[in-house]
Amino acid sequence: MDDNMINIAIFGFGAVGQGVAEVLHRKKELIEGFIGRYRVVAITDSKGSLTDEKGLNLMEAIDIKKNKGFIGMKTLEVIEKVDFDVAIETTPTNVHSGEPGLTHIVKSMEKNANVITSNKGPLVTDFKKLVKLAEKKGVRFMYEATVGGAMPIIKLAKNDLAGNDVRVIKGVLNGTCNYILTRMEKEKMTYSQVLSEAQELKIAEADPSYDVEGIDSAAKLVILANSIMQMNASFEDVEITGITRITPESFEVAGSKNYTIRLIAEANRKKGFLKVSPRLVPRHHPLAIEGTMNAALIRTDLAGDIVVMGKGAGKYETASAIVSDLIEVYREMRE
Amino acid sequence: MPVISIVVELLDKPGQLLNTLEPISKGGGNILSIIHQRDKITPLKRVPVEISFSVEDQKDAMRIIEKIKERGVIVKSYNELRLLATTAVMLVGHIVKTDLSDTINRIDSTGFAEVVDMEMSMPELNKPSTAMITISATGQDKLDEALDILREICKAKNLLLVEPINEEL
Repeated sequence: MDDNMINIAIFGFGAVGQGVAEVLHRKKELIEGFIGRYRVVAITDSKGSLTDEKGLNLMEAIDIKKNKGFIGMKTLEVIEKVDFDVAIETTPTNVHSGEPGLTHIVKSMEKNANVITSNKGPLVTDFKKLVKLAEKKGVRFMYEATVGGAMPIIKLAKNDLAGNDVRVIKGVLNGTCNYILTRMEKEKMTYSQVLSEAQELKIAEADPSYDVEGIDSAAKLVILANSIMQMNASFEDVEITGITRITPESFEVAGSKNYTIRLIAEANRKKGFLKVSPRLVPRHHPLAIEGTMNAALIRTDLAGDIVVMGKGAGKYETASAIVSDLIEVYREMRE
Repeated sequence: MPVISIVVELLDKPGQLLNTLEPISKGGGNILSIIHQRDKITPLKRVPVEISFSVEDQKDAMRIIEKIKERGVIVKSYNELRLLATTAVMLVGHIVKTDLSDTINRIDSTGFAEVVDMEMSMPELNKPSTAMITISATGQDKLDEALDILREICKAKNLLLVEPINEEL
């Protein structure tokens, strides 16, 4: 095998996996300028896979997925039989079991492959174990895409704010909830009216509970608490209140005092709590953002307060985070 | 429950303070703090002493101050103490049905915090209503304590408590 060639495997081929494939195809020249030559040798979904050790045609792969669907080897078999240097894990999140992503990540690391993931589940259930395994195997474990989509936060804290203690994080970490709250306020619509609108626009899932009950925000908060605040947190530690009880009148009353209402995820290291709940946010506050945006306020000891915001979800936005992880891993190796 | 702060000028001799404190406790006041301002001794060598106390209402406070004056104590100034920490919180749910006045009373009866403002919206009978209440307390720690009480009340009454983000940038 060519030593300078980076062999990539993509596990999970939904919107995020396809977005990554498309970007790896479309921006190949630019990305290779950073990390050297690469090819995708395997793509899997829950039904089957495509593999080619000489490199797959990515646009063709997206076509096959759309028109025929994958058949053949399942992901675990691919991990066992195909040689790859880095796994990009984009299967759906399960915050309680972490599966199937957890097994994919563990098996890939055990094969000495670097892992980049957008899947929150494994990080929520087994953060420490995965970090330790990566260390033991001498591989990189990257997960920028798990929190805030395109919004830079994990690498920002680890690289640009290196040397700081992150004391508090407060964030709007779920675009679906933020969209619903924004529309309720602007249009004086009820929660259920806006929810059906959001479902029609595919901003909310058919089963919206994962977003609106605050579970997704809590999962992201746990990842932040563990990865950049050293809090040793688990999902059960988060006190969660969703947005389902907010009424249009709530916004009117809040507005009369110059507040709006946002679902805020807060990790506070000094006070030792993790909380997701609707909060009163002054209108001029940077977290009083609108629509599907995400934002986070990071309170540090040296740098003071840092605020980031960006698109929290979406095919290319999430692909952006994954590709930046890929570039970080191999740019360093190249240097 | 108002918190009153008075400044009296006392001769620097034993027994002076009692002339002030007795009328307060007899008049139903609850003494919160006594601060000797020794750095502000007057040309006549009197020591200003700032005393804070809470009473049921303003009228009681005036009666207490009259009693202190009757004992020959110089009351230099008195005013209702500025409540130091304030926050707005929102309650959503069956606020009236779950006895709103009880909810407010339980904050007011602490002696260190009170509901100073309220804005309510009741859309329809049997639909959840919204109240925005402003709570003031004698200090930040007391305000936190009051919020703890409110959290418990809301949990017990199944009300959604929307707390402020507490962040002024």
